[in-house]
Amino acid sequence: MRILVCIKEIQDPEIAASVFRVDEQRKEVVPLAGLPLVTSPFDAQAVEAALRIRDKGCQCQISVITLGPEDAKRAIKRALSMGVDDGIHVSDSGIERGDSVLTAHVLSAAIRQLGQFDLILTGRQAADWDAGIVGCGIAELLRIPVVTFAMSVQVDGRRAVVERVLDDGFETVEAPLPCVITVSNELGEPRKASLRETMRAAKKPTLTRNLESIGMTPDSLAARARLQERTRLFVPAKNNKCELVTGDSAQAMAKQMVSRLTAAKLL
Amino acid sequence: MSGVLIIGETAGGAPLPLVYELLGLGRRLSGDVEGPVSVLVLGNAPAPLLSGLVAGGADRVYVASTEAAGLYESDVWLAALREVLAKVSPQLILAGHTPLGADLAPRLAFQLNAAIATGCEQLAQSGGQVHATRPCFGHKAREVLSLLTSPAVATVRARSSEPLDPDANRLGEVTYLTVPAFEAAAIPRVKSRKRDDVKDGPRLEGAKVVVAGGRGLGCPEGFAELAKLAEALGGVVGASRVACDLGWCPHSWQIGLTGKTVTPELYIAVGISGASHHMAGCGNAGAILAINSDPEAAIFKDARFGIVGDYREIVPALVREIVNSRA
Repeated sequence: MRILVCIKEIQDPEIAASVFRVDEQRKEVVPLAGLPLVTSPFDAQAVEAALRIRDKGCQCQISVITLGPEDAKRAIKRALSMGVDDGIHVSDSGIERGDSVLTAHVLSAAIRQLGQFDLILTGRQAADWDAGIVGCGIAELLRIPVVTFAMSVQVDGRRAVVERVLDDGFETVEAPLPCVITVSNELGEPRKASLRETMRAAKKPTLTRNLESIGMTPDSLAARARLQERTRLFVPAKNNKCELVTGDSAQAMAKQMVSRLTAAKLL
Repeated sequence: MSGVLIIGETAGGAPLPLVYELLGLGRRLSGDVEGPVSVLVLGNAPAPLLSGLVAGGADRVYVASTEAAGLYESDVWLAALREVLAKVSPQLILAGHTPLGADLAPRLAFQLNAAIATGCEQLAQSGGQVHATRPCFGHKAREVLSLLTSPAVATVRARSSEPLDPDANRLGEVTYLTVPAFEAAAIPRVKSRKRDDVKDGPRLEGAKVVVAGGRGLGCPEGFAELAKLAEALGGVVGASRVACDLGWCPHSWQIGLTGKTVTPELYIAVGISGASHHMAGCGNAGAILAINSDPEAAIFKDARFGIVGDYREIVPALVREIVNSRA
């Protein structure tokens, strides 16, 4: 049984809005100096989902794959330190700027070249662009089933059993393998790196792939990327003033607030 | 290629409110894209449902019947869409940004090699192209995507667009389709669904008052205090992602980017720091009252009213004052 988890390294999504900046000319986010990048939290939860499958006694080899510059190897390292067995780093100077559609094409080409995986896991969306396209795209390009928004994933023989988040509960879905499953935050916290796995991580293999080695060229990729185009990126203006009530006691503050809410016709 | 095709998602035998919002959006766009607004529904659609969709803005309703009970929903929709797209060539295909739509739309886009924009707040048309505005970076930023293909596919967040006033005199055409049986061996199967027990009373999405709790509650019992405040105001209790993920309340209470979008007249945020991904779900509320022990909490930047203090004292005090003010 082989499991592949697709991960992405991004700017920490928890940073305060007050320090978040975009470059409107380049239509890109301005990286914050000195702030270490993180694995997209939903992707870390996808790694966690894979490790939980192994914890349940399933004999499996767990790999991670990431597309990105040299630095993106750190995301692989973090996954190896959580207990993943090996990594695949796809990098090419011909990939200037990624979008979700392009990423799905590159990853699915790499997966095809790497051989048979039984289960491919991704986060429900990368916590930077928040698009939620790559997982579904990989499934369609590889022509295998997909189940989205998993809060738990189990493997039973040649089937994956997924609890899938709905608006008002969840559904239990059985999917034949191979398939793609996207993992939602309801899965719960990913484990921390363990000392044992961190010591072993240095010895675990990481393969490197470029476009040519997965049967693509920058030109073939560019043709794929012309479906949509980002024409603007901006931070919406906020013009809000908060009326804070103060008082000596909770009761005094509550009284004042109720009269203000009443005056504003909100009660 | 012209017109708009809408995914007519239903729940409990009726279209989601979001479908009417999409119809309104489609109508407004159809002036520009010059074509019919079509909507696809699955299964046995009773006459009132069909006339409701026409009154809501649909020119054409496609009803696809299928034998595919128990199969993964989005696969069934994709099969039905293949039938409809053999008959119509819309410029734009719209779905709600729901667990169904957010699964279906990207898959459809890859099958059609079409542009895709997910979780959109606004769609506009100019120069023969659709331009989608969508939140990104946890709702901190917005990007505008020009969708260069026809058809293009987009999912739209709930409550970002107004439905039309229903017009019972509108005329529309209903077409029945049969989805041919398809090889189901490679399609995931839904074995069971577990819905939350919902007591009588307004659901979160339609509530006029929402009282939501976050990590600052400190414990699951905090939600019992919030429930008393919600009851006094005739409102509903919601939660931040953290509170849900800590297991303090059902996941379906989650408000935010990966949860529900609510637009109550009054949103009371208790012990919620105000991360932008949370504001994605409540930023369009009429007014926000924030109760937080941290005066520096980001939530005060979005709130119209604020109280700095311990919610364990303030929430019961508010309940007493509200009851008194009505006595």
